[in-house]
Amino acid sequence: MASPIKTRLRAARNPSRRSTEESPVVKWLLISIALAFCLVFLLLPLLNVFAQAFAKGWRYYLESLYTPDAWAAIRLTLLVAAISVPVNVVFGVAASWAIAKFNFRGKSLLITLIDLPFSVSPVVAGLMFVVLFGLQGFFGKWLDEHNLKIIFAVPGIVLATVFITFPFVARELIPVMQATGAEQEQAALTLGANGWQTFWHVTLPSVKWGLLYGVILCTARAMGEFGAVSVVSGHITGQTDTMPLHVEKLYNEFNGPAAFAVASLLALLALLTLILKSLLEWKEARDLARAQQPAPPDSKAKPQMPARETTR
Amino acid sequence: MSIELKNVTKAFGPVPAVNQVTFSVKEGELMALLGPSGGGKTTVLRMIAGLEMPTAGDIFIRGRRVNELPVQERNIGFVFQSYALFKNMTVAKNIAFGLKIKKWKRPDILSRVEELLKLFGLEGLEKRYPHQLSGGQRQRVAIARALAPKPSVLLLDEPFGAVDAKIRQELREWLVTLHHDLNVTTIFVTHDQEEAMEVSNRIVIFSRGNLEQIGTPREVYEQPANEFVARFIGVMNVLDTVVSGGVARIGEMQFPAHDQPEGCLLRIGFRPYAVQISTDLALFPYRAILRHTFFLGIMLRLELELPSGLILRSRMTKEDYAQLGLEDGRAISFQIRNYRVLARESAGLPTEKELSYQLPPTIGEHI
Repeated sequence: MASPIKTRLRAARNPSRRSTEESPVVKWLLISIALAFCLVFLLLPLLNVFAQAFAKGWRYYLESLYTPDAWAAIRLTLLVAAISVPVNVVFGVAASWAIAKFNFRGKSLLITLIDLPFSVSPVVAGLMFVVLFGLQGFFGKWLDEHNLKIIFAVPGIVLATVFITFPFVARELIPVMQATGAEQEQAALTLGANGWQTFWHVTLPSVKWGLLYGVILCTARAMGEFGAVSVVSGHITGQTDTMPLHVEKLYNEFNGPAAFAVASLLALLALLTLILKSLLEWKEARDLARAQQPAPPDSKAKPQMPARETTR
Repeated sequence: MSIELKNVTKAFGPVPAVNQVTFSVKEGELMALLGPSGGGKTTVLRMIAGLEMPTAGDIFIRGRRVNELPVQERNIGFVFQSYALFKNMTVAKNIAFGLKIKKWKRPDILSRVEELLKLFGLEGLEKRYPHQLSGGQRQRVAIARALAPKPSVLLLDEPFGAVDAKIRQELREWLVTLHHDLNVTTIFVTHDQEEAMEVSNRIVIFSRGNLEQIGTPREVYEQPANEFVARFIGVMNVLDTVVSGGVARIGEMQFPAHDQPEGCLLRIGFRPYAVQISTDLALFPYRAILRHTFFLGIMLRLELELPSGLILRSRMTKEDYAQLGLEDGRAISFQIRNYRVLARESAGLPTEKELSYQLPPTIGEHI
């Protein structure tokens, strides 16, 4: 056991080090392992995408993006995201609201179900829709008779994407809604607000950052999803190819630079998502810090009534 | 009558949280709902507000039955324990919220907000957000917001619970002044008996969902309806005595009990101020040692130890203490000026839990 004096001496020699910390060797070893891992498995491959994309120069890069098929893929990807993200926002808000505000039977089942897309392989998810809506599938005959195409068409891709991305918004919102609690909403009710006014003026503003965060993650995944979409799309070039599918197709056709050009767009999207996410986290942390700092000293804090003749 | 509750019961599951409660609040009254936590007082408040539905019974506001009336239409102002300010709105917007919802005209809203800011000493803070306010300021914003739409009743849930002791005292006085000025019927919930005594015109005392007593602070202090109230309001010495030969005894203490059967157990209570002390050992019938003196400001609390080991509490002013020349360890004599029989049991005293909330004082009204 070190005497208090010795401890103090050691602390004086190394003022930044607390007694619970590991030795510097362990610390630096762990940090370098983590950094090296990120470099080899994340940063280098990402840089390589861009390097390959520009391997044949700017012109080739732009040309391979300007082909009608690439354009069709980009448009389809944006369309799918534009449909599935709002759908999941509505679902996510409704589900998190229900989970945070009400107690009902099957609540934990609902929470588990929301996580299902995380645990099911995307390929299985795609197959589920084929089994349901494919020609040989459950509703296949009926759909065919009414001339409705879901599998190997845009609706199927949207369905698969909605399925894959639906945990994102709900998962982000549930903890925020639970933390907000019901009191602000009840206060709005006592002030005469109806349910919709309460939601619009009180609930939504207090969860907006969590919601935005969920939307960003959801969008990124909706654009990048491969497995489930691949199963239901049918890979019809120019019609049912999303960007990830198009990348794969180009690559399989040994058109490396073109594949990487489209891939670089996806990667850019991912980077953008990360930046937005970090910005949001930074803003949230700042808000939190502001909320926790002690209230500014207030000269008028004396909680006495301003002078009124009746009382003085 | 501003508010009337008739046989109101609220059950969460099989156990009633509020049981057959009946009381009324007069127009302009400042009423405290007092009781230990879990006593059902907050549930009563929330039922008046319409945030909870009574399982049985009726609630009237200004003569109108409001059981089915939704919270929005009851015209009440509610202040939550945590204030529940809208954290994404400024002070001015918080206060204006109810007026906007009620579709007041813009100039009217502005002048009403202005008026309230002034009345509550919040001028200059209107652009601040709740997290930029101190606890006391938050509370005033919460009350201003609740009062803005001119409710017929103001309901406050533990209004002083979330601020520190120093501000709490100031806020109490402020609430009394506010009530005096605005004269709006006000009901507040508290678990602090001192707070209830100091602030309110009348007190409703709850325990375990039952209404124990309604009365002015003086009434509940001097004429507690039962042992629970007696022990909850203020400090009380409680002695479990046994009757033998017409006298209830414990240790050397004796209380007359001619009409009680032999062997009957009597629970006797008396306030500290009823214990009269003298340094003249021959003056009063009982002897004791002054074991410890607690300084409570202008009043002192004295702990007396009797030769038998019984401990009693007394209180007196600093002046009396000095005049008597008292000090810890001093031998004194004392008498009990008045006392109360809290409970009696022929076979044996029931356990405290069962006893305190049911047995009414039937005999020995000596106070």
